[in-house]
Amino acid sequence: MIFDSIFEFTDNLFISLTVNAALPLVFIIPFALFAVWWERKVSAHMQDRLGPMRVGKHGWLQTVADILKLIQKEDIVPKVADRTLFNIAPVLTFMGSYAVFAAIPFAGAYIGSDIDLGLLYIVAVSGLVVVGILMAGWASNNKYSLLGAMRSTAQIISYEIPTVVVILTMVIVGGSFNLRELSETQSANMFNWFIFGGSYPIMTKIALIPLMIIAFIIIYISSLAEVNRTPFDIPEAESELVGGYHTEYSGMKFAMFFLSEYANMFAVSVLVASLFLGGYHSPFGYLGDLVGSPLLKGFEQFFWFTFKGLLLVTVQMWLRWTLPRLRVDQLMALCWKYLIPISILNFVIVALLMVL
Amino acid sequence: MRVYLSNIYTGLMTVFIGMKITLQHVFTKSVTIQYPDVKVPMVDRVRNRLYVNMDDCIGCDQCARACPVDCITIETVKSLPGEDLGKTSNGKKKALWVTKFDIDIAKCCYCQLCVFPCPTECIYMTDTYEFSEYNRTNLIYNYSSLSHEEASQKVINFQKFEEEKKAAKAAADAAAAEAKAKAKEGEAK
Repeated sequence: MIFDSIFEFTDNLFISLTVNAALPLVFIIPFALFAVWWERKVSAHMQDRLGPMRVGKHGWLQTVADILKLIQKEDIVPKVADRTLFNIAPVLTFMGSYAVFAAIPFAGAYIGSDIDLGLLYIVAVSGLVVVGILMAGWASNNKYSLLGAMRSTAQIISYEIPTVVVILTMVIVGGSFNLRELSETQSANMFNWFIFGGSYPIMTKIALIPLMIIAFIIIYISSLAEVNRTPFDIPEAESELVGGYHTEYSGMKFAMFFLSEYANMFAVSVLVASLFLGGYHSPFGYLGDLVGSPLLKGFEQFFWFTFKGLLLVTVQMWLRWTLPRLRVDQLMALCWKYLIPISILNFVIVALLMVL
Repeated sequence: MRVYLSNIYTGLMTVFIGMKITLQHVFTKSVTIQYPDVKVPMVDRVRNRLYVNMDDCIGCDQCARACPVDCITIETVKSLPGEDLGKTSNGKKKALWVTKFDIDIAKCCYCQLCVFPCPTECIYMTDTYEFSEYNRTNLIYNYSSLSHEEASQKVINFQKFEEEKKAAKAAADAAAAEAKAKAKEGEAK
């Protein structure tokens, strides 16, 4: 574990804890910069455009230039806004999405906090994002912001139910709340991944595969809704609400919301990847095992973790540039009439199968 | 129940159809033109920046008179008898020094009316369209092939010539009057 080695190296609990906690940030900020550029490229090519091309080769430095511009921007706080809440909200939103990474294993050797109730912690702490968004909408003292925030709250709370039910299904299948242990049970090769039925006897495996695919689709849809991505982006629907809860924000505070959105996208993607696609495990063996180098194996695991996360993020972008936005009633109908009953049914069937 | 299930089926299938379409577009060639690097070729009769070929200009002032917004200013000076200004490309003899040929392109309305009356076809529209400037005075183009000093020299030359001519005429008149007077005197004698 990385934490232990840092602790041995520095012999100071405070420093090693800080470094351990800051490590995901070192990954997330470059990831967000990359993902914004990637999203612009993906969307451009889906619309037969080229996207950013001027800053760096194929515009790969575009987001760096954008963030430099955002840092220089004036920090505007509306006169009628609730100043304290207005300033806390973006921080809180980012905190909620960042705290999720504490319980996500980046590789076999690195997990921010190896707690037994990791999944429960993730579900609980990602609720902080709702508080941040609602706070931003309320404090802005702007009807569009408030509408966006209320829609967002309604949406996230509704979609948390199918997410949690599917997570419970996976806990039954995997037998643990700890994401690292769940990932470890999916090791060896890709047919041990939970989407292929996990490492169970062949008959159980075959029975589990369709259920797992249903669970995968449900959690993917509901996680999409939880991070406010199109087709579930009614909280920030540009054409209806100007910008939703971040209408009044500018400069770095706006950048915080942006960063939080992309951090969230990655968090739910790797959560889904850890639950269904083997987490940080390679779909086949490791080169590091062959040459007997645990360091290389660690890097390989990190590579697969990033790769899977990025793949699912790309699918999120793909969906965003394919589907139109849902209406509010359609959104609620999808959740309460389709996702929740099916996920509960799925849960019951999986539970019976596991008991048998 | 059947409606419910078929809803799920159509919902999922239409999403996949949509995703297939967007995926196809990822691999089609994009239509973007990288403007400053790549430019769309202009059509043949495009009307953009005016250009004057001063080698052919005879200073006839017809373009300036045709211009509806008065953006062309031409000043000319007659040449001296001994000076040879050369010929235009279509064989016309040049008789005037064009001391000033300014086009205020900021005023130009690209109507092309100045182009038609030109007897030597020396003023015409080009396909250059990127000529924005930070300073408005930079948009006044000086086409005259003479420098400022040369131009004023030509004016002075012409004035001198005129004066000399006048003086010569006056002298001739005086001589004629004298001759007349002498003749009258003779008659009287």
